[in-house]
Amino acid sequence: MLRLKKQMRSWVLAAILILPGVAFTKPSKDVDQAKRQAKLFQKKIPKDQQILHALDRLTFGPKPGDVARVKKMGLKKWVDLELHPERIEENPDLEAKLQPLESLRMTPMEAVQHYPTPQMIRAIAAGRQPMPDDPVLRASVQRLVVRYKVKKENDEEMEPVKTLDEILDASERQTLRNGKPDQKRELLTSLPADKLDDVLIALPRGQRQQLFNNSPVDVQRKIMLLNSPQQVVAYDLLESKLLRAIESNRQLAEELDDFWFNHFNVYYDKGSDRFLIPEYEREAIHPNVLGKFRHLLEATAKSPAMLFYLDNFQSVRPDIDANSKNRKVKRGLNENYGRELMELHTLGVNGGYTQHDVTEVARCFTGWTIQDPRKGGAFSYNDNLHDKGEKLVLGHVIPAGGGMEDGEKVLDILATHPSTAKFISTELAQRFVTDNPPQSLIDKMSKTFLDTGGDIRLVMKTMLDSKEFWSQGAYRAKVKTPFEMVASSVRALGASITDAWALANQVGNLGEPLYRKQEPTGYSNLNSEWVNSAALLGRMNFAVQLTQNRVLGVKVAASPSAETIGSPDFQRR
Amino acid sequence: MFGVGSLPTWLSRSVYADNGSDRRKKTLVAIFQRGAVDGLNVVIPFGEQRYYDLRPSIAIPKPDGTANSAVDLDGFFGLHPSLAPLKPMFDAQQLAIIDAVGSPDPTRSHFDAQDYMESGTPGFKATKDGWMNRALPPVAGIRSPIRAVSLGSSLPRSLRGRNDALAMNNLSDFQVRDPKAAASFESLYEHTRDSMLQGTGKETFSAVKIMQSIQKQSYTPANGAKYPNGRFGQNLQQIARLIKADVGLEVAFADIGGWDTHVNEVGAQPAMGQLANNLSDFGQSLAAFYQDLGDRMEDVAVVTMSEFGRTAKENGNRGTDHGHANVMFVMGGGIRGGKVYGDWPGLAEEQLNEGRDLALTTDFRDVLGELVAKHLGNPNLKAVFPGYERAKFRGLIG
Repeated sequence: MLRLKKQMRSWVLAAILILPGVAFTKPSKDVDQAKRQAKLFQKKIPKDQQILHALDRLTFGPKPGDVARVKKMGLKKWVDLELHPERIEENPDLEAKLQPLESLRMTPMEAVQHYPTPQMIRAIAAGRQPMPDDPVLRASVQRLVVRYKVKKENDEEMEPVKTLDEILDASERQTLRNGKPDQKRELLTSLPADKLDDVLIALPRGQRQQLFNNSPVDVQRKIMLLNSPQQVVAYDLLESKLLRAIESNRQLAEELDDFWFNHFNVYYDKGSDRFLIPEYEREAIHPNVLGKFRHLLEATAKSPAMLFYLDNFQSVRPDIDANSKNRKVKRGLNENYGRELMELHTLGVNGGYTQHDVTEVARCFTGWTIQDPRKGGAFSYNDNLHDKGEKLVLGHVIPAGGGMEDGEKVLDILATHPSTAKFISTELAQRFVTDNPPQSLIDKMSKTFLDTGGDIRLVMKTMLDSKEFWSQGAYRAKVKTPFEMVASSVRALGASITDAWALANQVGNLGEPLYRKQEPTGYSNLNSEWVNSAALLGRMNFAVQLTQNRVLGVKVAASPSAETIGSPDFQRR
Repeated sequence: MFGVGSLPTWLSRSVYADNGSDRRKKTLVAIFQRGAVDGLNVVIPFGEQRYYDLRPSIAIPKPDGTANSAVDLDGFFGLHPSLAPLKPMFDAQQLAIIDAVGSPDPTRSHFDAQDYMESGTPGFKATKDGWMNRALPPVAGIRSPIRAVSLGSSLPRSLRGRNDALAMNNLSDFQVRDPKAAASFESLYEHTRDSMLQGTGKETFSAVKIMQSIQKQSYTPANGAKYPNGRFGQNLQQIARLIKADVGLEVAFADIGGWDTHVNEVGAQPAMGQLANNLSDFGQSLAAFYQDLGDRMEDVAVVTMSEFGRTAKENGNRGTDHGHANVMFVMGGGIRGGKVYGDWPGLAEEQLNEGRDLALTTDFRDVLGELVAKHLGNPNLKAVFPGYERAKFRGLIG
């Protein structure tokens, strides 16, 4: 350590003396800049800009008419309303569009049963798993099971009960084969439900997939159920995420939903998480976005999605298998959750913990597991797997003989720690104010955090009451993330949206595949992450496509120029 | 305006060539294995019994000639069998391995450790740019806009900084697909007062002009090279394509994730499973790159790194937790390969870092520094690795 410090000192010196383009190049210039910057945070933005600023920060970008609406209501009143989403009536159009996305409302267990993975289909085919009870599902699974058997023999497609010739007349078949996208869509929409099912089943897999892009949401889901049922949950999540950002009346709540999901990131493609995430977002994240941090923290700590993602469900007291001769592989402690809990969820990497604390925290959480993790089971605490010894966490003794409360005590210690107050305040300020928020703002927010027992609504209110938020230093200081850019484009153009699948893919292409950030850090909040050549070209191309009505599922009424949303100015908020 | 009629000035050799030299450049390719690869299962110290004691269920067996055992390198170290495609390069002395190498900073945070390695200043957070950006040699006169490229949708920390550096998702996508819109965007970005977006816009549009000529031609890897279909292999193929196009590429970057193997690092056998699959992709991609470039490897050096190693002892879930020192590969025509470099610290308890991880005997900046100085020809290592004044070259380049 000593050597390291010495090294750091000499580097600071070196940087001051020689380095152009690196931090602390010329101290006097830097100090000047810091002073100028500080002044900007004292200088208030003019009234007419304040409304735009608030809309840019607390919503996914203004829609036509929003400025007038806020002006009429009064800015202060509008901000206060956004802080109380429960008082805002939700957009009925949005609710209607979310209705077909069934998996969003399911328990993980139901999702597993409804959208079986290929492994599960094989298990059912081999008789290792029972058929689902629900008759519709049963039929769907049965079809897949039969196909699996057939495929094993000679890779033949299943013979559909009815052929296309029996279901559709010649001109309809012609449309389906060679029609324009709009004609195909119209035909599919006009078919009664049972006939539609017959058509989709009668089509070969490849042709079915080709229809996907031009189909309305309910048809897309049916195609997915037939072709790759395990993708339906991802489909519903993405649809919902974009639709909510674009059409929800509770905009700040949706901004915060994105913020907290990203803060407590989990990854769709890690094993069971594919069917654990809907419940995670619906029950752990969304209800707590403006609630108490301690509740939010515990909700994530006990969520199967997090327990699976950061491996804690497998972490057990180190001595558990010491006496078992039967077990080939010994199990034991896994530090993954313990470390990320402190580094990323609460204290921050410089929050004052050591490797020893990581190990001790991991010991406290042994036994926090999932019942039947591969089948969508719930959180469960298994006392037999828990390390009963005494632990020392950040100077607090957690006495020997404890149970599940050991982990809860750790959450108490972390949720009330000054480092957590500072870290959470900084992250919020970086998302809503500026990349380098002034210390004065962080201090105010941290104080509220500590005074109110981590009341997120009040921490947000402190931020929104601060002069720093309404200052020149904050105005247009943020570059939109790809998600914000795409959502704000659709909003700005007042475009109508029938399905958001293609939009979600655009967000992914621009560098932010939603629900698919593999690392527990989540996506960066900072401008530098999103400004580069690939990103700018991607955004320009998206602007061209959207304004020329070439993004499926979205309709732009007038024909705006691509410049409106591809311009440098539009990339800022 | 561009694309219509006029030949982009960059394509004219006389304008491009600085001081009459050829457009052909030395290129350094850096590969980041994000998530902390388990170096002890990549280059296996099969000569040390402690390795097997510490890893009863995940150790790779001693070389026995089968595909489930290590590939012998020098009687003490062996390659993971998934990396067998790299053995011919080692034998041809164009692949060097450095063991017990990494960042001296003790952090076990993925984010911090990656950040320190990419900034090139471990322990110091205020550095704003990346080592690879600083490594670009100063150029008198006109610079190619395609000197520094990362494959992917974001620009990694390593390449951020004062010199222009590009992120490319895909070579053929690197354009605005509507010429009219392209022209008006170019003008908008040129005239904006937003300096951050103006700067990036400018470097983007200059590069687009050069890329147009490359985009017109199709690309078939040479010498029968077959890149894997994954993102990493495809990215290496695009780097090879840029190198062969002679557009002035000097540094390139690609990354590959999925190494954070806390659980089930190995499958039914130690040489199978998660790590094995990821290493296959990694090894086959590097081998294809080497094959595709053929003689052009003379101008190329590839270096791999990962933020830290993993615990010497396996954990409770047939995986490993965050550790310290790791392994690096350096590959290229000018590399003195065929050897495992570095001082092996041993795996006895008292030899381990903090009693749990492989100790560090080579600073990663010794390796990168040598490549920057001797391959890229930038001797000013004080500016590339500020605060690190005692770089000890390992003799990777003669």
